[in-house]
Amino acid sequence: MTAAPALLQARSLSKSFPGVQALANVSITVASGEVHCLLGQNGAGKSTLIKVLAGAQPPDSGELLWRGELVAFKHPTAALARGIATIYQELDLIGGLSVADNIFLGHEPQSLGFSMRRTIRDEARALLDRLGCADIDAGSIVEMLSAAQQQLVSVARALSYDARLLIMDEPTAVLDRAETETLFRVIRELVAGGVAIVYISHRLDEIREIGSVVTVLKDGRSVAERLPAQSTPTSALVQLMTGRSVEYPFPPRPAPPAVDTRPKVLEVSGLSRSGAFADVSFAVRAGEIVGLAGLVGSGRSELLETIYGAARASAGSVRMGGQTLPGGSTETAVARGMGLAPEERKRQALLLDDSVFHNVSLPSLDRFARAGLIDARRELAAAAEVLGSLDVRPADPERIVRELSGGNQQKVVVARWLLRNCALLMLDEPTRGVDVGARADLYALVRALAADGIGILLVSSEIPEVLGLADRVLVLREGRVIHEAAAAELDEARVLDLIMAGQA
Amino acid sequence: MSRPIVAAAAPPPLRKRLFAAHNIGLLAAFAAIIVAGSLLSPYFLTASNVLTILTSASVIGVISVGMTFIILAGGIDLSVGAIVALAGVCATTPGAQGLGWLAMTAICTGVAALVGLLNGVLIAYGRMVPFIATLAMLVAARGLAQHISGGVPQTVNDATFNTIGSALVLGVPLPVWVFAAVVVVGWIVLNRTTFGRRTIAIGGNAEASRLAGINVARQTLVLYVISGVCAGIAGVLLTARLTSGSNDVGNLYELDAIAAVIIGGTRLSGGRGTLAGSIVGVLIFTLISNIFVLENLPSDIQSIAKGVIIVAAVLLQGRSASSK
Ligand SMILES: Nc1ncnc2c1ncn2[C@@H]1O[C@H](COP(=O)(O)OP(=O)(O)OP(=O)(O)O)[C@@H](O)[C@H]1O
Ligand SMILES: [Mg+2]
Repeated sequence: MTAAPALLQARSLSKSFPGVQALANVSITVASGEVHCLLGQNGAGKSTLIKVLAGAQPPDSGELLWRGELVAFKHPTAALARGIATIYQELDLIGGLSVADNIFLGHEPQSLGFSMRRTIRDEARALLDRLGCADIDAGSIVEMLSAAQQQLVSVARALSYDARLLIMDEPTAVLDRAETETLFRVIRELVAGGVAIVYISHRLDEIREIGSVVTVLKDGRSVAERLPAQSTPTSALVQLMTGRSVEYPFPPRPAPPAVDTRPKVLEVSGLSRSGAFADVSFAVRAGEIVGLAGLVGSGRSELLETIYGAARASAGSVRMGGQTLPGGSTETAVARGMGLAPEERKRQALLLDDSVFHNVSLPSLDRFARAGLIDARRELAAAAEVLGSLDVRPADPERIVRELSGGNQQKVVVARWLLRNCALLMLDEPTRGVDVGARADLYALVRALAADGIGILLVSSEIPEVLGLADRVLVLREGRVIHEAAAAELDEARVLDLIMAGQA
Repeated sequence: MSRPIVAAAAPPPLRKRLFAAHNIGLLAAFAAIIVAGSLLSPYFLTASNVLTILTSASVIGVISVGMTFIILAGGIDLSVGAIVALAGVCATTPGAQGLGWLAMTAICTGVAALVGLLNGVLIAYGRMVPFIATLAMLVAARGLAQHISGGVPQTVNDATFNTIGSALVLGVPLPVWVFAAVVVVGWIVLNRTTFGRRTIAIGGNAEASRLAGINVARQTLVLYVISGVCAGIAGVLLTARLTSGSNDVGNLYELDAIAAVIIGGTRLSGGRGTLAGSIVGVLIFTLISNIFVLENLPSDIQSIAKGVIIVAAVLLQGRSASSK
């Protein structure tokens, strides 16, 4: 145990939702100047725990001590007033307001009741600079920003409170390496100044890098408290989280055929979209997993969306199974056997207020319909099966998607396309927010799909994921394919060099 | 396996929906109004008054079915009242009347469908905001109706057409049968078909629906045609009941329909709601009017009562949404 005084102490917190015990007797102690990491599978209760700590949700039972004093936060503002600021997993910015207004929403610097626009702007600018966001204008409207930029704005907002305890729920899920590095630098500065951080991430390497101690949750209970973040073996952490061991998450890669005679499911030639990417040509064969590596903003997602017909190309062609796609129609693309699991689940994929199985069956409704009438029994049964194969929890297909944990929502996005029987499946950041164990399951599923002859196009910011899962890798930089090689011939350092500098 | 498709659909979601907090509030309000009505007037619960209530609910009721689809899909249709007037006027010109009652009916729904199609094109392909496009259509359609009719009511001389508004089938007025048929068809389409599912999907998240391979533009176009057709059917019922077509009927019907849909629990931004709720909403408003008529109360008070009900229903909705 550290000698530092307990800043926040939670005792026997419990919280249940209809049909789910999200937290059961969880206790946690956070000391000043430490980065306290929370680990646990999707749905383990991490986000629920921090919402209780932040006053966003009342616990059913249990007590909170803030610097030794018993407190009960009725509202997040009560926690903020004490010095607890929180970055939630689901972004909670106001889309129509400017960056600066979002950062200071609810605590605008005021003078005689008038908010001081000048001061707000300048202070927002300073916070953004501290986070290395030179490219974000304090005056721009938040909904025009990318997911990563919005995440950084939420970090800036949390920093603006000068809090003594900063809670971060998967802040790096949408950030790239450089942005993550800057965030870690800021965290180190804060910690050196005595601020405490509660940090949630599914990336164990991050926890090694900045964590002090680790608390592990499983099924709403804490199964280990205050383990040393650097020295606890990964196998032990994974075992605690999942109850099993995940040695190497990637399934074995089949030996490439000497002469590749597999038919090409997708042929892209000379595809361009002004401002995003130019002159991209490649093919995906049946049964092949092709990975696209590149920085956020290198045109990866735009490329997938254009192939899929969600955006129009300015030049070039896309052929599926030998036939040219007309372009500009997702309906045609899906009818011809394409599927796209997009990058931003909340904005681009999910019907948050609808049931899980309605979300899963959305592109496949025709499969369950005769003369337009849906056979809901068959639909429900088929959806339940794919949801089970991804271990979506709770395993209730009629639950509203909004009530699922972040990682489980992500699994729903992927599950949707497993049901569809695509010929070409494009996965854009499929494991964002997914826990270690479920990742291994997902990788195995993707490999099994390939073995069935489906072509897979994979985009991921995590280079090890691209290298571990794909057969062949295309490296994208500033909208151009600068390198193509078998995944086995590449390593992480080499890919990093390529995407950063472009040297061959 | 051909027959039981509809029956086989899983019932639990419906049960859950019926017991949702907001629906309890809506049904309680409905029940309270019925109790109040029967206490106030011994005549209220007689069979003939119930049929009167249903008959007068039929016009707004049919429009509200279309409006439920539109609002669920995240849109709004302000032109339905004007469509009722325009379609009624077009169907009652001397030329149209010369073609007989069947043609008059076809013209009425056809004109309405065309106006709906125009709304749909403007919104789905012209990328106009539904509020603006249908507001423009409201103004233009009324203007056109006035232009065609010269601003004077056109009396319907075709007796067969007029009986649509009053004929009894098995003791129940024809408009009530039409209302019931539209509701049943609407319910099946909304809850049991791919079309209905896609409608709710685009209201819940249009971008996600597009990326799931749904042709959002075409779906939107068809939805506005449906709303137009519903207004056209309402136009037939109203014209037959009034035995004339006039450019100033159907005033503010759009607001009555929207209010019914909203107090029925459909979210104004789309993606969530039920057709049954809208129908209860229509009936609540009609019951109130009926009670005020029976009790000879002034209509200004009636409007105030409607306003209060809308506010109460929306407050209740907010309560149940935030308690989740
Ligand atoms: N508002 C809600 N209504 C119903 N159930 C909920 C609600 N919020 C959370 N849950 C349930 O509580 C459990 C814990 O969810 P929580 O979001 O805390 O998980 P998590 O550990 O943050 O997971 P992830 O790593 O996927 O983000 C899950 O089973 C989830 O479905
Ligand atoms: Mg979470």
